[in-house]
Amino acid sequence: MGAESAIRSMVSIKGRQDGLLVSLDEVQSWAAHISELETQLKDRQGFFAGARLALEVGGRSLSLEHIQDLQARLAQHDIRLWAVIGSSDSTRVAARHLNLATEISRPRSKATTPETKQLPPAGEEGDKLLYRTLRSGQKIRHPGHITIIGDVNPGAEIIAGGHVIVWGRLQGMVHAGAMGDESAVVCALVLSPTQLRIGGHIARSPEEKRKRKTRPEMASIVGGRIIAEPWDSKKRRKKQDS
Amino acid sequence: MSATVITITSGKGGVGKTTATANLGAALALAGQRVVVMDADIGLRNLDVVMGLENRIVYDLVDVVEGRCRLRQAMIRDKRLSELYLIPAAQTRDKTAVSPQDMISVCEQLRPDFDYVLVDSPAGIERGFQNAIAPADELLIVTTPEVSAVRDADRIVGLLEAEEKNTPRLIINRFKPDMARRGDMLGTSDVIEILAIDLLGIVPEDEVIIISTNRGTPAALDDKAQAGQAFRNIAQRIMGHDVPFMNLRDTSNIFDRLVSFIRQ
Repeated sequence: MGAESAIRSMVSIKGRQDGLLVSLDEVQSWAAHISELETQLKDRQGFFAGARLALEVGGRSLSLEHIQDLQARLAQHDIRLWAVIGSSDSTRVAARHLNLATEISRPRSKATTPETKQLPPAGEEGDKLLYRTLRSGQKIRHPGHITIIGDVNPGAEIIAGGHVIVWGRLQGMVHAGAMGDESAVVCALVLSPTQLRIGGHIARSPEEKRKRKTRPEMASIVGGRIIAEPWDSKKRRKKQDS
Repeated sequence: MSATVITITSGKGGVGKTTATANLGAALALAGQRVVVMDADIGLRNLDVVMGLENRIVYDLVDVVEGRCRLRQAMIRDKRLSELYLIPAAQTRDKTAVSPQDMISVCEQLRPDFDYVLVDSPAGIERGFQNAIAPADELLIVTTPEVSAVRDADRIVGLLEAEEKNTPRLIINRFKPDMARRGDMLGTSDVIEILAIDLLGIVPEDEVIIISTNRGTPAALDDKAQAGQAFRNIAQRIMGHDVPFMNLRDTSNIFDRLVSFIRQ
């Protein structure tokens, strides 16, 4: 466990408004960083696919080949590298040569040393609230919790790092705890998603047609399986008391 | 007086966009409006066939856009209604022959002289669709009461929201009241529940449509056709008149109804 966390600490991935920010420390070798980054990306493939990524390398000096190699690897995960931030001149020159940004907008913490924690716990990145209908083909992805006031139609997708709450009918695809948080839950007034995922678990809605009358439900992982239960405040209170 | 440009679209193919365009064009013209119907389905043109004007085509939309003729030369006057014109699509080219900007400028030229310009969109969400919606002031979404068609219609509504277009209105086509009653087809309320947009009209499934399409005479011109009446009503609603929804005749016989009643 100790060794594990030491390795984890060399690559930090954070979700930002403008995409992912990956920070590398200056101690480990480039090759070690790359393999660690790839492992982390592979673990959370569904979540990162389609994202854009900024790389923060501190004082490390990167060549054109280094960056190109990384670009190719990221492309395999459907991730686009758009910025390389570093203090070394050769890194900046190489990045500019590839038409990559060398600065990113918001002020960051002054220290370029990466933080030791890995993915931020849900909620830290801010929660997302949407007040509209999510229609077929529309996709919402957010590292924190997602709340939707409105319906989520079949063909729409929600991917959240934390919980998902739908004040409406949930009929699309939903993935809560997409970064591996198995304590995440999915709540909806009408819970009938095409597919429901929590962490690494996947569940389908029952094939048979639902009764017209439905109650609000909450899905969570109980005993290694996704279970959807009607929201019953009395029962819930009892559970908490016991 | 400036024309209203209305684009008829659906996402899914075969739900009746072209039929709706031809019939609404005819119904609006019948109601005394000056109308142009434009086929934006370049490479797969149909609207001319449905309107029975195929053999009169000399120039088409691409000829206009590429400057080989004046706009008026590509406009074919309907054989029955003197205030109805068709601008056909080219059959030999593809969607890239026209840009969204071209569509806007063609419609701008038509606006002063007409009351309505109806644009028949191709199926899909690619270039042809983008062309068709570019000039639109209003949008009509045609769907049938089928899950797949409604899914695509929902996608279209989402795309139109993203384009910041006016909220589209809905036409439910090929509706079979008896099947919906038996629960074998989505009901109108099921469709509206998903799409959450205003319903402009319901067109019942009607053999007359197939016959009229093959003959090149829009059903809206047929006094007796139920579907024709539905399109005439929709045309009235487009013009801003408040027309009550038709009471769709049940085509099943009394015995069937009794059986389905008992089954319930």
